[in-house]
Amino acid sequence: MSKTLFDKVWDSHVVRKIEDGPDVFFIDRHFIHEVTSPVAFVGLRSRGIGVMYPERTFATADHNTPTWNQHLPVADPLSANQLEALANNAAEYGISHWGLGHRNNGIVHIVGPENGITLPGSTIVCGDSHTSTHGAFGAIAFGIGTSEVEMVLSTQCIMQPKPKKMRINVNGALGFGVTPKDVALYIISQQTTSGATGYFVEYAGDVFEDMSMEGRMTVCNLSIEMGARGGMIAPDEKTFEYIKDRKHTPKGADWDKAMAYWKTLYTEADAEFDVEFNYNASDIEPMITYGTNPGMGMGVTQSIPMAEDVQGGVATYKKSLGYMKFGEGDNMIGKQVDYVFLGSCTNGRIEDFRAFCSIVEGRQKAENITAWLVPGSHKVVDQIKEEGLDKILEAAGFVLREPGCSACLAMNDDKVPAGKLAVSTSNRNFEGRQGPGSRTLLASPLVAAATAVEGVVTDPRTLIKETA
Amino acid sequence: MAYDKFEVLTSTAYPLPIENVDTDQIIPARFLKATERKGFGDNFFRDWRYDSEGNPIADFPLNDTKYEGSKILVGGKNFGSGSSREHAAWSVYDFGLRCVISSFFADIFRNNCLNIGVLPVQVSAEFAQKLFDAIDADPKAEIKVDLPNQTVTLLSTGESESFDINGYKKENMLNGFDDIDYLQNIKEEVSAFAETRPF
Repeated sequence: MSKTLFDKVWDSHVVRKIEDGPDVFFIDRHFIHEVTSPVAFVGLRSRGIGVMYPERTFATADHNTPTWNQHLPVADPLSANQLEALANNAAEYGISHWGLGHRNNGIVHIVGPENGITLPGSTIVCGDSHTSTHGAFGAIAFGIGTSEVEMVLSTQCIMQPKPKKMRINVNGALGFGVTPKDVALYIISQQTTSGATGYFVEYAGDVFEDMSMEGRMTVCNLSIEMGARGGMIAPDEKTFEYIKDRKHTPKGADWDKAMAYWKTLYTEADAEFDVEFNYNASDIEPMITYGTNPGMGMGVTQSIPMAEDVQGGVATYKKSLGYMKFGEGDNMIGKQVDYVFLGSCTNGRIEDFRAFCSIVEGRQKAENITAWLVPGSHKVVDQIKEEGLDKILEAAGFVLREPGCSACLAMNDDKVPAGKLAVSTSNRNFEGRQGPGSRTLLASPLVAAATAVEGVVTDPRTLIKETA
Repeated sequence: MAYDKFEVLTSTAYPLPIENVDTDQIIPARFLKATERKGFGDNFFRDWRYDSEGNPIADFPLNDTKYEGSKILVGGKNFGSGSSREHAAWSVYDFGLRCVISSFFADIFRNNCLNIGVLPVQVSAEFAQKLFDAIDADPKAEIKVDLPNQTVTLLSTGESESFDINGYKKENMLNGFDDIDYLQNIKEEVSAFAETRPF
């Protein structure tokens, strides 16, 4: 039978099939961070078992690290304790560790690809649902729980039934001011927050072929927000160009051998999916969310749908708008905003900072806006400086912070206060996600930048000139 | 981390008829800073159970004394979406629950529950509504979850529905086994497989 990209990668990692049960599934690369790994190590010790392949696990600190004064001791004792536990566990079991201050430190889903750990055709897991990011390289990558972290540490396997297959095709050309983030938020708004649950998604069509690796990572990153375990894109010349000569990428003869394999990673013409969706690029405009899950998104110029026009329960919908302090039919354009957050594993890469700068260059941050600009890694910081983007930001009244997950989930001090409204380039607008009582609007770096300089929700297309 | 066996559970239930309950609500991120698995039950649905001053919200179902001691939670559609934090499943267990019933579960949450001994029971939307209605009419309405027979029954009316679980996971739940026990026993097969991986 003809195989999809997903079939090819999945089937080549099945160690054993259990009848009326899951597959024993081999994991090539495992990332761990300070929040979801400590209890897994406690489990190993209590069982008296070790780490089978320490060289296949990579530790980085990101979730609760401060984004200011990282050279000083971490003030929060609970966060400090988790960071120390990660360092000690890594040292004890011989796992490479990029702790706070290390040159390779940063958000796990940004430093993995940067260092060539993420490879086409590989399987990657991490105790973090946005592990789906790595699917941009043609890998099967998804988030797992801590029990599974313990499984991977102890045997390099997890036990998973093979998910169903979905393909999402987006064809045509994206309009002016429409970014990969908007493509993802559009798809999620069509699928709802649970529409792809039980599926693994392949993204295909002109839009993803034309997209940069950074853009593909943004799209795959958000797969989980429609319930999918992960999303992937077939590797192509852009993928190979990105990974070539990175720290952990195969070199010399190994590279040639790997390339021969990677070239086989595509969906065959007559391979079948359980379900398929087609969207037109021209239907997508810059997006913004208005509710408390990422499926509650719409074009930035539209108004909030009426309860009777949405899928799902009216009570849940009204509860969501009540939390957001929004009314049915409200326009988003012009709403006063308090915070702007540029960063996260979704939009904390160099392209996102370039996009932000394309709007704020020559303008000034609005007085009412508190802006947190948090690069995803030290390498992103270096590139920002090389390209002089830091100077543009400084001139416009913005300050660059140090790498980490930051206000995306507000485990560190970067918390949006109760009742305040934030435009965020991150991935979740759940109640209290950015701090207890915080209200979040998810959007692209362009929408975030336009809002940061205007002080209210702004369509970025009104601030930039279309280039032919 | 072995857990207690799950066979047949008969209990009243907490109703939570809200859709798309995400794991940030089940356990907010600021309570994920432990390095051991203890005390997560205290912060189960923290921001829905307590106001900003830390006072319990009396009429929130999980605080409502008329449901106290229930071992089952009946949740709305798409329960457990979002973050992969297993802390959400731990907080369910630590709060004293052994079973969550919903018409639809998010993938990772469902998997995490099965790995720690909380049984996720997916029922039809109609049956879920019957359960909500029955609890609404009588907070002491009992629900029987029978894992060997894979049925869930509303005892007051005898209405019943069957639910799916794969045979392997069912055996694990019935015996309190976990996947690590299984994997430890096939390590030779795994290492032979690992030899074949190019990277």
